[in-house]
Amino acid sequence: MIDGTASDIAATGFDLVLAAMILGAGLFAVTVRDLFGAVVFFIVYGVFVALAWLRLGALDVALTEAALGAGLTGVLLIGAVARLGRRTGTQGTDALSRRSAFSVRSVSQIATMLVSAAVSVALGWAFLSLSDSDGLRAGVAANLDASGVSNPVTAVLINFRGWDTLLESIVLLAALIGLWSLWRDDDWGRRPGLRQHARADGVLAMFGRLLPPFGLLFGVYMVWVGSSLPGGAFQGGTVLAAVWLLMMMAGLMPPPMVTSARIRAVLIAGPLVFLSVGIIGAFAGGFLGLPPAYAKPLILMIEAALTLSIAATLALLVLGPPGGPAMPSGPGDAP
Amino acid sequence: MASSSIFGLCGALLIGMGLYGFITHPHLLRRLLAFNVIGSGIFLLFGATAARLPSAATDPVPQALIITGIVVALAATALGVGLVLAYARVTGRTTLPEDGAPTDPGKPPR
Repeated sequence: MIDGTASDIAATGFDLVLAAMILGAGLFAVTVRDLFGAVVFFIVYGVFVALAWLRLGALDVALTEAALGAGLTGVLLIGAVARLGRRTGTQGTDALSRRSAFSVRSVSQIATMLVSAAVSVALGWAFLSLSDSDGLRAGVAANLDASGVSNPVTAVLINFRGWDTLLESIVLLAALIGLWSLWRDDDWGRRPGLRQHARADGVLAMFGRLLPPFGLLFGVYMVWVGSSLPGGAFQGGTVLAAVWLLMMMAGLMPPPMVTSARIRAVLIAGPLVFLSVGIIGAFAGGFLGLPPAYAKPLILMIEAALTLSIAATLALLVLGPPGGPAMPSGPGDAP
Repeated sequence: MASSSIFGLCGALLIGMGLYGFITHPHLLRRLLAFNVIGSGIFLLFGATAARLPSAATDPVPQALIITGIVVALAATALGVGLVLAYARVTGRTTLPEDGAPTDPGKPPR
């Protein structure tokens, strides 16, 4: 940085290459014909976007994007492709291109392209014409001492904008309840997720035994350092969810029964602790207001409970309904 | 050219690309994927506006909002995948009927 231009040019070059790779991977994810291929490009795209967040100096976002945007979304979409079956992956587009007249289709495609390009140009122009602003940095920095933590992002997430995070944890729960309500009645007594066929001496089973200790350590570490360094309940919780998913996929442990009271207690622990702290705070000053003297232990308590709930909720969201392809299946779909 | 300008414009382009995919793909899972591309484009555009001052660290408030957004986007995607799978289970299709086409209620599984 001190010897000016050379490192500046290198940094700009890196940014330009990275932006091109993001756009390329995104373009393939959107346009590639094969559904499975599109999902693979989307995962690659997520990893590149995480690198872009690093370049923007947003480490917390980079961790979240890498774990959630690329990781769990990828697992979720691959699972969906597997359930729908490769056959239906391209069936829809083929049927459509055969059915509609080619000229009509290409005209409407060009029109769509123009509209999309216009949206991009308008947004890009709006972005470039924004005047420089200090944003809310000064406000956060001035109150950071009272927040109980020294990572400003965690301070905003759990303390200053606790409302958002509380509602977010409830949104996660609502999504899971919505997903469960789509299950077939006969699926209700079964374990969630596709049945796994991992060979006991295969690569997946080996990773399933090798990685969890490190994953657990890393996940808990990320929650713990979240108060002073990049990390926090969401990033750590996602890592824990990934560890759990890996162990279930490797066939080392069965998925939990969604009817069990224990798993449900874990699911609501985070929002419940958060809400209780908020309500107790309401008597001591303001709803969700954390008194500076107790802010740090309260934040750690909220984060610990949130981490467990987030890990369980995310893992169950990704697992989806019990086994079998989702295509119409006969009553003889054995459990 | 600063990182924030490059990735801000990149985000704007991604939103357009995602929008194109969202409109043109009939397959519902492809639409969900394109929707996620739009989402991360919006996050990138938003995050880049928070990183425009080279003298100061990236604004933490937008960062916190984006983290919330990424988590909610995953929850919405999971619910979307669930809806697509349920729709495929009930109708046997993975695309919505065309406008004007007679709606085929399909055979209920039970």
